[in-house]
Amino acid sequence: MAVITIHFPLSQDDVAKLRAGDSVLLNGPLLSGRDAAHKRLITCLKDGRPLPVDLRGETIYYVGPCPTPPGRVIGSAGPTTSGRMDRYTPDLLGQGLRGMIGKGQRSQVVMDAMKQYSAVYFAALGGAGALIARSIRGAKVIAYPDLGPEAIYRLEVVDFPVIVAIDAMGNDLYQFGREEFAKKIPIIDFKGDAV
Amino acid sequence: MREIVAEQITDLVARLCQTANTDLGNDVMNALSKAYQTEESPVGKDCLQRLIENAKIAAAESMPICQDTGMAIVFVEYGQEVVIKDGDFAQAIHEGVRRGYTGGYLRGSMVQDPLQRVNTGDNTPAVIHTRIVSGEHLKIIVAPKGFGSENMSRLKMLTPAEGIEGVKKFIIETVSLAGANPCPPIVVGVGIGGSMEMAALLAKEALLREIGTPNSKQDLINLESELLVSINDLGIGPQGLGGRCTALAVHVMTYPTHIAGLPVAVNISCHVTRHKSGTI
Repeated sequence: MAVITIHFPLSQDDVAKLRAGDSVLLNGPLLSGRDAAHKRLITCLKDGRPLPVDLRGETIYYVGPCPTPPGRVIGSAGPTTSGRMDRYTPDLLGQGLRGMIGKGQRSQVVMDAMKQYSAVYFAALGGAGALIARSIRGAKVIAYPDLGPEAIYRLEVVDFPVIVAIDAMGNDLYQFGREEFAKKIPIIDFKGDAV
Repeated sequence: MREIVAEQITDLVARLCQTANTDLGNDVMNALSKAYQTEESPVGKDCLQRLIENAKIAAAESMPICQDTGMAIVFVEYGQEVVIKDGDFAQAIHEGVRRGYTGGYLRGSMVQDPLQRVNTGDNTPAVIHTRIVSGEHLKIIVAPKGFGSENMSRLKMLTPAEGIEGVKKFIIETVSLAGANPCPPIVVGVGIGGSMEMAALLAKEALLREIGTPNSKQDLINLESELLVSINDLGIGPQGLGGRCTALAVHVMTYPTHIAGLPVAVNISCHVTRHKSGTI
């Protein structure tokens, strides 16, 4: 498989050329954030307060890492389920967010917003926290330290392996990848429906 | 009567929390290797190879296999001759989880109140399931459970008329709905029968069986292999990106039930299906 190397921040050109199914190595600075941080960011927007971080051109990795052992940059740091962020995502895309890294399907509403704002969603390897930690070379909390593992970190990554799951054209590897391998199952009246 | 000091329980639980999270069992490693051999999707094969590499790194560097080091689910077989000395049974377990997680740099994933949602910081409390058995030993199994897969689990109270076909449909439908979210390839724990909570507990307990160890009931062996084929025919594949291997195993447990009911619970576990045990 050909592998594409990308350097952050993601440019509009980067986003335009990436297609669902591409294998990518990510490099450079990105943000971390998951459930609790997303909730706070959205509360900020609702209250008309400035966000603690400028999201224009940024990529968010949905991760809540393990505590950092001595002598290391970070603990295990694999992706969490992205679907839980779906209700917050369109508003963050509206703030200029351009890339997301997580695992699992996204809602139609998110996919529509990704098309509208031209954004890309990468799948990292769920459950591969020890492997991914090797690609993380810098980690610093930049917002919400009280949230512990759920704080927003500025991460620096080198050759972080991901796959484009949903591109800005709306192609969804979770759907077409599954359809390619689904077989008719006699006992059920659906055939590998991606739900 | 045999006295066991509470501190012994704490020590054992702390150790099991750490080894369970860094050392993936041979059963899962073997199942992943087998899946790698047979996977047809290039992306799926690549994912499986990296999952195996990840588990090796974790074991070699004592790093958690996954950053979701789980809710500490603790099963105890409590020999009825045992008396706990110098402490409280449940507190000794919670303290073991506290020491295991904080000392092992494992993530604290527990919030004190499900609605207020403030992290307890040390992954306590544990969820403890105790069964009193004969004898004078304590057997403790620590099974850290990640919530990407736990969230995809379901339970339904079927009617007896829905029968085995209804049970199969519900299990396959649950895996289909879960899709990519529970980090496939998954292990599917199924509990059939009992009451509502009993079915759920059986489904959890089914995950403790080593992959590759056959069910003790012949009819369930057949049901498990039939379900495994159907689930893998869903096409979800490793990481949900399409492929042949969606599940590594399906484990079913049953219990007598009421004439009016047919409860079925499906507890999905990710490829990091962890459990370590020890006996005092």
